[in-house]
Amino acid sequence: MTVAVYIFVMALVTYLIRMIPFTFFRKKIKSRFFRSFLYYIPYAVLSAMTIPAIFYSTGSIVTAVAGTAAAAILAYFGLPLIVVALSAAAAAFAAGFFC
Amino acid sequence: MQNRFLRGMAHGIPIALGYLSVSFGFGIMAVRAGLSPFAATVISASNLTSAGQAAGVDIIAASGAIIEMILVQLTINIRYSLMAISLSQKLDSGFTTPHRLAASYGITDEIFAVCSAQAEPLTPSYMYGMILVAFAGWVSGTALGAAAGQLLPVALSSALGIVLYGMFLAIIIPPSRKNKNVLAVVITAAGISILFRYVITAVSGGFAVIISAAAASALGALLFPVKDEEEVS
Repeated sequence: MTVAVYIFVMALVTYLIRMIPFTFFRKKIKSRFFRSFLYYIPYAVLSAMTIPAIFYSTGSIVTAVAGTAAAAILAYFGLPLIVVALSAAAAAFAAGFFC
Repeated sequence: MQNRFLRGMAHGIPIALGYLSVSFGFGIMAVRAGLSPFAATVISASNLTSAGQAAGVDIIAASGAIIEMILVQLTINIRYSLMAISLSQKLDSGFTTPHRLAASYGITDEIFAVCSAQAEPLTPSYMYGMILVAFAGWVSGTALGAAAGQLLPVALSSALGIVLYGMFLAIIIPPSRKNKNVLAVVITAAGISILFRYVITAVSGGFAVIISAAAASALGALLFPVKDEEEVS
């Protein structure tokens, strides 16, 4: 079954990424370039994943833009992850009544 | 030790509450992409990560190549290696290799954050307690979202599709506000990603994310290398 193969590969890679350094690594990374690269990668990945996909996440560009705006404003003011995430959905849901 | 296990569980409760709603969104997203609620739940139980799962579901939905799946998971989840390295420096002497093999499964952004904030060395029981509670929140939220996603009114389940992305914005915007270099990398990655979506459409979604992120981060590392004292967040 193909979905099972995808899930197995996905889980295995994700586990090895955590397990290998946690179990075997004892030293600090020396290369400044590599450390900098690893420092930026989480933000870059999330940014590339979110934009422009977020605008297609609700099935309507209008409600998605409303949700994105709400999330961006609340995130800018440093509100907790969960508040930002749920407000995005609430704003998208509310915008749905106007279009 | 039972005490440490219970303390870990207590520290895991806020994490689990957060996970519950985000994984609810993941469950909806996965079912909408054509997966069964069971498959969505198995993904959450075996992966325990948000961004990687969302990208993985996209690849499954698009019948992407296995190598694409491997590279996407590597790119998106490589941050866990850094967190694992960081945590490995502050483990209790009771953290033997079998414990390391087991507890490493539960290194997520939030568990890492709470564990790093502990003053004393980390024990296996403490981490297991926290992972267990966080796991329960993540997996039950996925199952509920995947099942209820079909029962909820369309307007509501559509709106919930944005939950995970909202959380991603909440992760990237505050550091971008504080640090101009992070902001530059974030904007570059988004710009390249937009280019792939609308201009270079031959590249599949997963590879587009890898290339966008790697290019933006490499540029960032070349132009704005981080100082020695700057720790990975």
